[in-house]
Amino acid sequence: MNPALLGLVTIVLGVVGCVGYFYLSNLVLDTVIFPARGPHAGRNINWANMVRPWLFLLPAIVALGLYLAYPVVETLRLSLTERVPGGGYTWVGLANYEQMLKEPKFWEAMRNNIMWLIVVPALSTAFGLLTAQLTDRIRWGNLAKSLIFMPMAISFVGAAVIWKLVYDTRPVEQDQIGMLNALYIFFGGTEPQTWLTIPIWNNFFLMAVLIWIQTGFAMVILSAALRGIPEETIEAAIVDGAGPLQIFFKIKVPQIRTTILVVWTTITITVLKVFDIVFAMTNGQWETQVLANYMFDKLFRANDWGLGSAAAMVIMLLVTPILIWNVRNARKEMR
Amino acid sequence: MDNIAGSKSTLTWLVHISVAALVILWLIPTFGLFISSFRTADQIATNGWWQSLFPSEQNLTLRSAAPETQVEQNGLYVIEGQLFEDGAKAKISVWGISSRDIGSYKPGDTAELRKGGNITVQVDGSYRMESSEPFTGSRGSRVFVTATQPPKFTLFNYQDMLFKDGSASGMGKAFLNTFTVTIPATIIPILVAAFAAYALAWMEFPGRAILVAAVVGLLVVPLQLALIPLLKFHLEIGIGKGYLGVWMAHTGFGMPLAIYLLRNYMAGLPRDIIENARVDGATDFQIFVKLILPLSFPALASFAIFQFLWTWNDLLVAKVFLIDATGQTTVMTQHIIELLGTFGGNWEILATAAFVSIAVPLAVFFAMQKYLVRGLLAGSVK
Repeated sequence: MNPALLGLVTIVLGVVGCVGYFYLSNLVLDTVIFPARGPHAGRNINWANMVRPWLFLLPAIVALGLYLAYPVVETLRLSLTERVPGGGYTWVGLANYEQMLKEPKFWEAMRNNIMWLIVVPALSTAFGLLTAQLTDRIRWGNLAKSLIFMPMAISFVGAAVIWKLVYDTRPVEQDQIGMLNALYIFFGGTEPQTWLTIPIWNNFFLMAVLIWIQTGFAMVILSAALRGIPEETIEAAIVDGAGPLQIFFKIKVPQIRTTILVVWTTITITVLKVFDIVFAMTNGQWETQVLANYMFDKLFRANDWGLGSAAAMVIMLLVTPILIWNVRNARKEMR
Repeated sequence: MDNIAGSKSTLTWLVHISVAALVILWLIPTFGLFISSFRTADQIATNGWWQSLFPSEQNLTLRSAAPETQVEQNGLYVIEGQLFEDGAKAKISVWGISSRDIGSYKPGDTAELRKGGNITVQVDGSYRMESSEPFTGSRGSRVFVTATQPPKFTLFNYQDMLFKDGSASGMGKAFLNTFTVTIPATIIPILVAAFAAYALAWMEFPGRAILVAAVVGLLVVPLQLALIPLLKFHLEIGIGKGYLGVWMAHTGFGMPLAIYLLRNYMAGLPRDIIENARVDGATDFQIFVKLILPLSFPALASFAIFQFLWTWNDLLVAKVFLIDATGQTTVMTQHIIELLGTFGGNWEILATAAFVSIAVPLAVFFAMQKYLVRGLLAGSVK
């Protein structure tokens, strides 16, 4: 069948199926299992109302359980086993982790990931804060915001192509068509550089892509937070003779500290999962490996599920503090 | 807040200038690729895209028409024509007929051709060759010109990519495939999540708080962990790699954010409306369909945009759960990766492919930005 047609059928089936499930299950609950009539009407209504939430929740719980909760456990199990040729698994304990820790590529990925984790959230948040503060004060600020926010809509792969053109290199005797090299030559560079193959520095050229994408996100959230600051605090500061910089750093920033933290952690999680950019631009060559790409490499190129799962568990481990922090905050808020 | 501490005007100018600088810095990479997608391969290879925006002076090697087009006029053999392609509107400053001396003549001058006869070239590129003997050979004479050309763009790359079988074919199909992945993967999670969100927001039952906490926790679980276990699971239950698998995967991965966003929004709806409806005898199902769903439209739209952008732009999930060895179900992101591999230096192909894939999300982004922003503000865990 034509895939587009198949998609259409799926939409119809999916929507009808979903609505049908919820409608019919409610109907069955109310009329067949616990009918609201007869001698036990009152008790039945109570029973039905106890069961109903779970009817509403069931598909979502199945989806969450199967696609997110179960894989965490299963990945942990896989990371402790080794596939046996011909099928089946053997328990190998921590051997996969040991092997991973011996690989220089893993340590390269760890080192790069740590650099990403420091640089990208910091610069995205800083740029976001800067643009949020500046655009709030001018009339065409909304237009500016929407243009800076735009990279959010562009795929990592699309962004990789966009930036590869910026970093493009031509032989020295030709005109440079990559902007970075053109600027480099314009400001007195002699040899055009192949930016993505210069170890260590090339990591920063990759990070630039993610910063470019994430700044808009940071800006939107921080701009809303800045607007939420009570006017009186700022007016009081003006009366006391504070300058614009003092107002910004001493009055505004402390008041939106939690929001800054939220933005920071959200970008941190994005950074830990970053895969497409590295995959599309260097594929981890020239010492640009990161954990997510290292893991993909192990899983699907080396076909080593044990080692790949161990790498995935490392990512999970790095996310866990943020996970706990989020859950604790959410519980505090619910109370 | 505008007139902080007196020094208003200089400061305002500084703000205007810095914002303008930031906006330009942020736009320029995309803009460069966008411009490149409207240039021919030759143009892209000769100079930077920024030079294409202004009239540029270039040295070109052009060729007159072949001798077979000559006509005889009053005993003279004449070839007349135009050196540039149609509508190039270039202006010649100097020209020549030898590669060692490309600037020896001015427009309007007449040069002796080596093989006999002479040639006159005008400023707009029209020329006239005259000779008393017939012109021979199979190709025209070379003319070296230094010309100023106005910016020139073409839609050729897009036509070539979308409607022709050729070097970069497959983009059209990948475009359809991406749609096929995206639409069900956006709609189905919304429905499933909306019911769950209603239960978590407005129904009393034991374990509700724990479930909400679990959803918040699952928000940050990296989907990298799910790849192998779920691929294994899909293979075991016989779905294998294909659309069904990728739809299910996207539904699962989008679920925490969907529930989180929708629950937060629904919990903020006024309690009176819902209790009045209950008093009037409406069932939960009726309340949900007739009251909650319409009222939650902004939140539904927010999530729909997120999920749409995410599934459209996704590479990893499609690579693992959808694209099999036949490559029939490739999506645009994967197709671009393949183009990067095979046509790494052909920027006209890459730029065009990237823009074909970026166009739809950008349109959605600019059309529905309000909802996207609202969703972001609600979705970042506070």
